[in-house]
Amino acid sequence: MRAVIAEDSLLLRIGVVKVLQSAGIDVVAEEDDAEGLLRAVEEHRPELAVVDVRMPPGFTDEGVRAALVIRRQFPGTAVLLLSQYVEGRYAADLLTEYQAGIGYLLKQRVADVAEFVDAVRRVAAGGTALDPQVVAQLLVRRRNDPLDRLTQREREVLASMAEGRSNAGIAEALVISESAVAKHINSIFAKLDLPKAETDHRRVLAVLQFRSGDGDGEEES
Amino acid sequence: MAGPYRYGVQNSHFGRVRRALGRPWRATVFLAAGLPLATIGAVVLLTIGIPPTPAGAVVLLLFSPLLTRIQRDRYRVLYDVEIPPTRHPQGLLARLRSRSTWRPYLYHLLLGPLIGTLGAAVVLGWAAGVAMVTCWMWRYALPLDVRLSENPKLFTLNTVGGVVVLAVLPWASAAVARLDCWAGRNFLGPDRAEVLEKRVEVLAVSRAGVVDAADAERRRIERDLHDGAQQRLVSLAVNLGLALATMPDLPSDARTVIQEAHAEAKAAIEELSLLVRGLHPAVLDDRGLSAALSGIAERSVVPVRLTVTLPQRPPPTVEAVAYFTVSEALANVAKHSKAEQAEVEVRGTGDRLLVRVWDDGVGGADASDGTGLRGLALRAASVDGRLTVRSPQGGPTEIRVELPCVR
Repeated sequence: MRAVIAEDSLLLRIGVVKVLQSAGIDVVAEEDDAEGLLRAVEEHRPELAVVDVRMPPGFTDEGVRAALVIRRQFPGTAVLLLSQYVEGRYAADLLTEYQAGIGYLLKQRVADVAEFVDAVRRVAAGGTALDPQVVAQLLVRRRNDPLDRLTQREREVLASMAEGRSNAGIAEALVISESAVAKHINSIFAKLDLPKAETDHRRVLAVLQFRSGDGDGEEES
Repeated sequence: MAGPYRYGVQNSHFGRVRRALGRPWRATVFLAAGLPLATIGAVVLLTIGIPPTPAGAVVLLLFSPLLTRIQRDRYRVLYDVEIPPTRHPQGLLARLRSRSTWRPYLYHLLLGPLIGTLGAAVVLGWAAGVAMVTCWMWRYALPLDVRLSENPKLFTLNTVGGVVVLAVLPWASAAVARLDCWAGRNFLGPDRAEVLEKRVEVLAVSRAGVVDAADAERRRIERDLHDGAQQRLVSLAVNLGLALATMPDLPSDARTVIQEAHAEAKAAIEELSLLVRGLHPAVLDDRGLSAALSGIAERSVVPVRLTVTLPQRPPPTVEAVAYFTVSEALANVAKHSKAEQAEVEVRGTGDRLLVRVWDDGVGGADASDGTGLRGLALRAASVDGRLTVRSPQGGPTEIRVELPCVR
C-alpha cells in the first residue's frame, strides 16, 4: 500500500512514518502543509493520505478542508485525519459528506501501534475509523432525542459501529455473540426509523442523522 | 552598621526642618508673583476687553488664554501644582458656548485680583512682622521727638506682636496659597466632569488593551504548548509504542518498563490536552461560538440543550468570555447542582450578546462567595458585561450574562 503524509511537526511525522513503515506501508511523500499534500496526492495517487488537522499557514482546520478536497477530487485516496483534540464539528463536516474511506483519530492513538495500523488498513480499504472520543461526542444525548429510545446495550453497539467496527469486531469488543450483535443492530435501525440496509455507510448515518448542520444557526435538533 | 542609619535620620530630620521653613517661603513667593499678574490681567481685560468694540472682542478672546498659560506656569514653576490644559470643543460657536471657555474670565477678573489682594496682605504681613520684631534694633534711628512721645512699653508690645504675626504668617500664607490653588484648579483647568470623562476614556482604552493582551497571551501559550510539548509527548508515546510493537523478544522486565512509560506518556498527553483546551479552544477561532459551545455541551455529564442564535460573529474577546462563562457554568452544574438537565441559550441581538445557563438542580449558588461564579462576574465585567445569578435554595439555577459587542 502507498501513503502520503502531511504533518507539520517533524518529530511526529517521523514517528508516524516509522509506524506506517513497520506495517509494510510505503510512504511515498512527506509534506508539511495542505498545499504540498494536495500536490503530492495528485502526483502519486496513493491509497491513503494521513493528514494533520492543524497545519500552516493558518493552523486551524486546513487538514479538514484538504481532506474534503481529496475525497472529492481523488476518490481513490482514503483520508485519515489526525488531531490533537476531538472536535465533533470537524467530524460532522467530514462524515456528512463522505461515509467511506475516511478516518478521524486523536494523535496519541498512533502510539497504540497495532490498533492504529488496523484503523489505517480499514480506512484505506474504504471503511471508517472514528476515535472513541469522537463517537462519544456524536452520541451525546439531547432532549427528545430518538437515541433515548435505545437500550444501554444498543447504545454500546451503536458506539462501536460508529468507530467503524464490523459485526465481528463489535462482538469481540462487547464480548457477545455475532448474532446478538446483528439483532441489536436491527433493533437500532428500527428504533431510529432507518430503512434496513446492508451497507456500512448506513451504519455511520445512524449516528450522524442526529447531528445538527454546520454554521451558527439553531443548534437544537 | 549604625553609621548610615544615623546619617539617614539626621538627613531626614534636616529635610523636615528645611521643608518646614521652605513651605511658607515658597507660598509667599508664589503669592507675590500672582499679584502683578492678576492686576495686569484684570486691568487689561477691563479697560480694553469690556467696551464692546471689535478690537476689544479680539483682546478678550486672545489675551485670556495667554494669561491662563502664564498663570499655569506660575503654578507649576513656583508651587509644583500642575493644572492640566482645558480641552476646548471644536468650532468657534461650540467654543463660545462651552463653560470651559468662560470659567477663566471669572478667575482673571474676580478671583485673581481678590486672591492677589490677600497675597499682598501676606507679603506686607511679613514686612510688618519683621519690622515689629526688630523694632528694638532700629528705634534709636527714629527722630528723638517721636521716640520721646511714645510709651516705652509700646516697643515691647510691638516686639511681642511681631512674634505673633510671624508665627501666624506661615499658616496664613499656606492657606492663601491653597485658596489660590483651588481657584486655579477649578477655573483655569478643565472641568471636573471633563477630567473624569477623559480619565474614563483613558481607562477604558487601557483596560481593553489589557483584556486583549491577556487573551492574546492565552492563545500564544496554547499555540506554544500545541507546537512544542504536546507534539514531543505524542512522538515519545509513538516511539515507545513502536518499541513494543517491533521488538517482541524483549526480556519481560524491560517490556514492563516500556509499557509503563508508554501508559504514562499517554496519560500525560490527555492531561496536557485538557489543560490546553482550558486555555483557549482552537475551534473557537476556527468555527466560532456555536461550534465551540456544542463541544462543551457534548462533553457535559449533565445533558444539555443548546440553542445558539447569532446573526453575526461577536468580537473575539466577547466570544472568549461567553465560551468560558458557559464552560465554567456547566462545570459548576456538574459539580454542585445535582441537576438532571441543563439549558444553554446564546442569543445575539445586534449590539449585545446574551448568555443564559439554566439547570434544574438544587440551587443555592452564590456569586459573592469564592466559587467560579465570582471569576465569571469579573470576566464579564472586563468587557463591560453584567452577570446575574438567580439560584434559590431548592433550585432551579439561572445564570445570565449580558455582554456588549462593541466593534
